[in-house]
Amino acid sequence: MSEFLAMGGYAAYVWPSYGIALVVLGGFTLHAVLRYRAAQRELSILEIARREARS
Amino acid sequence: MHRFANPARFMRFSAKLLAPLSAVTVICLAAGYGLGFQVPPDYQQGMTVLIMFVHVPAAWMSMFIYTSMAIASFVALVWRHPLAEIAAEESAPLGAAYTGLCLVTGSFWGAKMWGTWWVWDARLTSELVLFFLYLGYIALVNGFDDRQRGIRAASVLALVGWINVPIIKFSVDWWNSLHQPASVLRLGGPTMASVYLVPLLLAAIGFTLLFSVQLILRMRAALIERKVQALKMLEAEQGGGAAYAAPTMRPEAV
Repeated sequence: MSEFLAMGGYAAYVWPSYGIALVVLGGFTLHAVLRYRAAQRELSILEIARREARS
Repeated sequence: MHRFANPARFMRFSAKLLAPLSAVTVICLAAGYGLGFQVPPDYQQGMTVLIMFVHVPAAWMSMFIYTSMAIASFVALVWRHPLAEIAAEESAPLGAAYTGLCLVTGSFWGAKMWGTWWVWDARLTSELVLFFLYLGYIALVNGFDDRQRGIRAASVLALVGWINVPIIKFSVDWWNSLHQPASVLRLGGPTMASVYLVPLLLAAIGFTLLFSVQLILRMRAALIERKVQALKMLEAEQGGGAAYAAPTMRPEAV
């Protein structure tokens, strides 16, 4: 395991690359999901309010 | 494709697509990196070869996304198609992200293999220009009070800037560069050992699928946000907004 983590002596170059990839791609994915959910929530609140206003 | 070009149809179609697409994305990435982390060290590069499985797919995505953005911009310019506009606009930040990822991972790779984090040669410089083209596009879209003018200016930039994509691709053939020439997408086929090629291709497919999931989510969010905006405008016109809109309309004497 520690041999795997050492990456043949290149750990300081390999792991940061994967860390940044995870943060950037994961971050953009998470942001897209949260933005999508927030938009959906806002729309449903507006639609309920409009329905109540009409009745 | 034309059948899905209508926003309502896109919403229906993409809702069905989202779950299976996300599942295949996870499977592809898991398979790619599952194999990728088991490869033997390269005879020259050692284990830094693992950086390739992030760097190369990110580089391909940077050019693929820009090309799709240019096509969508063309459609938006010529046919004023609202879905094409949204597709291009929502692609740009993702494109910038993959391009940034490509530059940073390349820097880590170069630091060890070339002995330098950065060099102003054709490949690296043209990829950096691509990053700035994405930022310029985003700035133009948001830089006008009139959104339509911003989109139009940005679309022209996306189209003109596309010339940079073949320059990136062929820069390693046209000029001397520290960067290695193509070893996968080349005439005569890949020169890479399949033990590296298979995980690389799986990772690349995974990146492409991940981008499509991200883009669909962003486009759906953008369409819903527009609907929310339209509903709020309607609300303001119908009465809700009249309470604070009216006083400014009333003459002084009344």
